[in-house]
Amino acid sequence: MSVRRVMGTEVEYGISVLGQPYANPMLASSQIVNAYASVSVQARRARWDFEEEFPLRDVRGWERPRSVADPSQLTDEDLGLANVILTNGARLYVDHAHPEYSSPEVTNPLDVVRWDKAGERVMLTAAERAANQPGGLAIALYKNNTDNKGASYGAHENYLVSRATPFTDIVRHLVPFFVTRQVICGAGRVGLGQDGRQHGFQISQRADFFEVEVGLETTLKRPIINTRDEPHADPEKFRRLHVILGDANLAEVSTYLKVGTTALVLAMIEDGWITDDLSVDNPVAALRAVSHDSSLTELLTLKSGRRVTALQLQWDYHDLARKHVEDRLGADADEQTVDVLDRWESVLTRLSNDVWSCAGEIDWVAKLRLLTQYRERDGLDWSDAKLHLIDLQYADLRPEKGLYHRLLAGGRMERLVDEALVATAVSDPPEDTRAYFRGNCLARYPDQVAAASWDSVIFDLAGRDPLQRIPTLDPLRGTKAHVGALLERCRDARELVAALTESLD
Amino acid sequence: MAQEQKHPQKPAETDEAEVVVDTSVAERKGALDDDVDAILDEIDEVLEANAEDFVKSFIQKGGQ
Repeated sequence: MSVRRVMGTEVEYGISVLGQPYANPMLASSQIVNAYASVSVQARRARWDFEEEFPLRDVRGWERPRSVADPSQLTDEDLGLANVILTNGARLYVDHAHPEYSSPEVTNPLDVVRWDKAGERVMLTAAERAANQPGGLAIALYKNNTDNKGASYGAHENYLVSRATPFTDIVRHLVPFFVTRQVICGAGRVGLGQDGRQHGFQISQRADFFEVEVGLETTLKRPIINTRDEPHADPEKFRRLHVILGDANLAEVSTYLKVGTTALVLAMIEDGWITDDLSVDNPVAALRAVSHDSSLTELLTLKSGRRVTALQLQWDYHDLARKHVEDRLGADADEQTVDVLDRWESVLTRLSNDVWSCAGEIDWVAKLRLLTQYRERDGLDWSDAKLHLIDLQYADLRPEKGLYHRLLAGGRMERLVDEALVATAVSDPPEDTRAYFRGNCLARYPDQVAAASWDSVIFDLAGRDPLQRIPTLDPLRGTKAHVGALLERCRDARELVAALTESLD
Repeated sequence: MAQEQKHPQKPAETDEAEVVVDTSVAERKGALDDDVDAILDEIDEVLEANAEDFVKSFIQKGGQ
């Protein structure tokens, strides 16, 4: 009934070696990760611990045999690609042919924005360092999701949800929300179809790449609801909803609303609050239809026979969520929950009345406004390369080149998180999840951490064999309140492991 | 049809609000035009030189 829950984001960045379009992207991505690690990751480089990774386990109750899986699904195999764990609790690594930043676990939408933005700063620093190395390459990174030539790469969200909630309820109530959520958080795209060959503007970067409603894949036959069952928490109590259909956002309000509203909808589903069936006919086609209609007037047909616009369906979810919060929390609702509800209401109202007033908050509106201004000034057709360039360059991470950054510098984009807080989040973990323990172990005992993952920190203590694995299965333990004093007290990992194992005995 | 009236306050507000916004937009138009020129001039300066080549050379492998 609030926006608070354990969550995080993982973003694959577009990567381009300037002047070398056919450069090996895995090599370039490795250079990015290694350039960052060479300065920011101390002494020993801790490995990623793959023990709790089950990419083929399906939440619907079965596991796909490895023999029939696509190689891209075997994300639990250590391919020797660059892979580091940062002191802020994040993971920076090469995923397929892209550098990826997976944020540490956080508990609220504002912290999602903060540590997601920290990821942008990490990537930018990495690219600067890669360029400054001897023989280094000029690499540009883009926070977008497609090259407009048929390839797409993801910006995923993760939400911890109750295992007690039937998965069919999640599918039924989340699909209509996901089909329409893009109107408040789409990143905007020039080009229609997977290869962008048809001319025009659409709301979402990702919509054209989704082909089924529910499924296990993330790289082919992409599903609106992904069923990977890898909770990184007690599997009896939780599942981790792995959301793959969202766009990578630069606008802070877009990220904030994307995860904040999704958290509210998940809270309603867990609580059995939604009784209406808002299911949409042919959701995959509807997802595209909504994306292709920046006038926001397209009518969707619901299974009930009702015909509604994407905005009306978003109003339904907003109204249900507001009633839910009022009913369960009343005046005790926390500030961020109220803020997400108010902002959601505000953007829905203005998207109908005065769409350009949302240009400082919603990426697709900011982008479309810029494109429209160019079209009006220069008389450009949607096929014009300049409009495609504006789309691409909006997502360039370099502050002097990126158009989002130019708009931000001109005071045209709203900020939610102070730059000083983003700067500290590059090195510091959130204090209220297990990321605090992970990040601090890496910062304090860099030579003694052999490996780590979401669910563990593994220590290599000289003279003590085998390696000591400290499980961190509960995302809400290992917080500052929980282990802050202990970490302060322990001068090395030996003392820490001794204290932790004693307390377990 | 009845269900489409579920949010009478929102569609109903649309007409009135649109009138208000249109007026204010018209009043601010002169200032806005200057502002738009300033934005586009600034962005012209940072846009990659050869749009067509630059866009063509942005080739990615698929990811998740």
